[in-house]
Amino acid sequence: MRVMAQLAMVMNLDKCIGCHTCSVTCKQAWTNRAGTEYVWFNNVETRPGQGYPRTYQDQERWKGGWELNRRGRLSLKAGGRVRKLLTIFANPLMPSLQDYYEPWTYDYDRLFSAPMQADAPVARPRSLITGEPTKISWSANWDDNLAGDPSPDPVLRKVSGQVTLEFERAFMFYLPRICEHCLNPSCVASCPSGALYKRSEDGIVLVDQDRCRGWRMCVTGCPYKKVYFNHRTGKAEKCTFCFPRVEVGIPTVCSETCVGRLRYIGLVLYDADRVAAAAATPDEKDLYEAQKSVLLDPHDPEVAAAARAEGIPDDWLEAARRSPVHKLIFDLGVALPLHPEYRTMPMVWYIPPLSPVVDVLAGTGHDGEDAGNLFGAIDALRIPIGYLAELFTAGDPGPVRAVLRRLAAMRSYMRRLNLGQDPDESIASAVGMSGAQVEDMHRLLALAPYGERYVIPTAHAEQGAQLEELATGCSLDYEGGPGMTGPFGEASGRPAPVAVESFHALRERQESDDLDAADDLHGRVNLLNWDGKGTPDGLFPRRKR
Amino acid sequence: MSVLLWVVAPYVALTVFVLGHLWRYRYDKFGWTTRSSQLYESRLLRVGSPLFHFGILVVALGHVGGLVIPKSWTEAVGVGEHLYHLLAVVLGAVAGVATVGGLAILIYRRRTVGPVFTATTRNDKLMYAVLTLTIVLGLAATVLANIAGGGYDYRTTVSPWFRSIFLLQPDPALMTGVPPLFQLHALSALVLFTIWPFTRLVHMLTAPLGYLTRPYIVYRSRDEGRPAARRGWEPLNPVTRAKKS
Repeated sequence: MRVMAQLAMVMNLDKCIGCHTCSVTCKQAWTNRAGTEYVWFNNVETRPGQGYPRTYQDQERWKGGWELNRRGRLSLKAGGRVRKLLTIFANPLMPSLQDYYEPWTYDYDRLFSAPMQADAPVARPRSLITGEPTKISWSANWDDNLAGDPSPDPVLRKVSGQVTLEFERAFMFYLPRICEHCLNPSCVASCPSGALYKRSEDGIVLVDQDRCRGWRMCVTGCPYKKVYFNHRTGKAEKCTFCFPRVEVGIPTVCSETCVGRLRYIGLVLYDADRVAAAAATPDEKDLYEAQKSVLLDPHDPEVAAAARAEGIPDDWLEAARRSPVHKLIFDLGVALPLHPEYRTMPMVWYIPPLSPVVDVLAGTGHDGEDAGNLFGAIDALRIPIGYLAELFTAGDPGPVRAVLRRLAAMRSYMRRLNLGQDPDESIASAVGMSGAQVEDMHRLLALAPYGERYVIPTAHAEQGAQLEELATGCSLDYEGGPGMTGPFGEASGRPAPVAVESFHALRERQESDDLDAADDLHGRVNLLNWDGKGTPDGLFPRRKR
Repeated sequence: MSVLLWVVAPYVALTVFVLGHLWRYRYDKFGWTTRSSQLYESRLLRVGSPLFHFGILVVALGHVGGLVIPKSWTEAVGVGEHLYHLLAVVLGAVAGVATVGGLAILIYRRRTVGPVFTATTRNDKLMYAVLTLTIVLGLAATVLANIAGGGYDYRTTVSPWFRSIFLLQPDPALMTGVPPLFQLHALSALVLFTIWPFTRLVHMLTAPLGYLTRPYIVYRSRDEGRPAARRGWEPLNPVTRAKKS
């Protein structure tokens, strides 16, 4: 047994209202730069829908993740090492910008600079890639709320082509997605340079920007398409699980800003030696259970001893015991992994949504919060359940149904309490729980305060004094001096201390939104980047004298 | 003059090539990338890029065979001048045409596809010019020599000169009688090697061959790659200090 710690997340889809706050704050924090205009480390997609990038779940086309080869052994779906090197000059499986979308801005300056005319001037869209006028035809959330045609959705096709229409009327929910920080990451396995790695302390999957050579195989390797190519720097970038934040014990930006408070962050312990075997489970439908079997019980003294032997500190063990993620996966049994059939052992888990079932039920005039009605509806609504099963359990409706029944039981059990009626223990026992457990689940899902939703142990940084920002030395005192930019374009050369970098970046950001070939946009302020402080040049049109 | 061209210039190019890479690797690891433009356009790239890269790999191998391996060695294993020449011309022509064809597609793509052209720096343009010049001169030298006469046996002149550079006994006299196209090809190659470390060509030196042998999943500790404390500013904490030493 080789115990390793993993930071994991659970998202309660019942509470997601699709407001995209997580996406926007994440973008502001991480991908608000030239080269990553099209990149959303966090995105929210409406299901059914095509997703971002379009139809990324169609692994027959994109070949992401792992598969079992003829001998039953785990191999990369896009081909092994030799094949990767042979296709390195032009990766045939890499999504193009059109599969994501072409990012754009608007030519707001026209509104000011247009001469007096009969018609009001219009701010026309311009591509952020070329600077040329463009026609907007797609974006990261173009099919929000079932806009357009969700029928290309690969998951929907798997469930059934016939019932598309009926299904559209019946069911819709939002799926926020970040990098899954998998236990068996196929992006890491795909990287020819070995630049992608899984951090041994907390399992966060990161790209070493100094070692990435831009071979682009990770983009193909990730079945969730959550590794992106920065077209300016020529390097791969991905969700970092906000490691600078979680290292000091605060949650990721997406979690922190989620208005529905639907995200939970906590540690899980797992046995690294058993990951490969579990990922090679022959039947896809057993992968959910196999994935659970890799995770270890932090209350088990044997596990604790093994963890200590591996150098996992005691406060991390304690955090693992208090982990809301472990609790939701095991004790309450309501969290499911996204697409376990990709065999990457994803570590962002989801509580499937019950509310659409309730809505349908209420829409037909029945009591949508009565346990009997809900249980019946969960059994009857085959298509939505099948759809959820394709997302979370490789098509096995059993676990999804069990989770929804628990959520339904909680709903009707708690309603009785709220209405001042006696608690009905039979509702709880119908889903294999006790009344106390149901109340506990309700507390964690509905009421839990910050400290219970996010149990994040801080990194052990006794070497903290080494970090430049805390160093007693002058942070400007480094080779090259302040404000140095390298000869090979932006950000080349040694990394500058963060304090210096952010000072210059701030000025840079406020003043430029570099669009080559669009000279008339120079000197303007990109309001999306403006942090609200000061009035940089170009914020207002120049005063006429 | 011949000393300047065939002794000084190669050593300057070699020195800049080696030291330039060392410096670039130390100073600019972040800039060490292929700067792939596949995200913008992949239809032309899918044809042009493999054509060019595989072509130039064969060309490079051919240069190793022609320049590094002495004529006496190949003859010792029974490969006569005629057979060698036939092999070199056929293989070289196929690879050379593939390389030039691929390069033409890639340059066409770079010029005509808007986003790709926008992403092209002045540095790239210079590199493309020198690279194209070198390849075209090389192909021209081979083709013209074979059309004009029975071919030119560079293995008695250019190759010994090439080896003499590395044996630290440079012999410029070997290059004086060489046809001008071969001379120009060699000189443009020297220019190419001189600018090499400062262009995107550096990606060649980090061809990911290690991928073939390393385990799939890479684990790394958080502390790896953190800068060490500067001298005189070691941490006070005795535990970490002990761990470090």
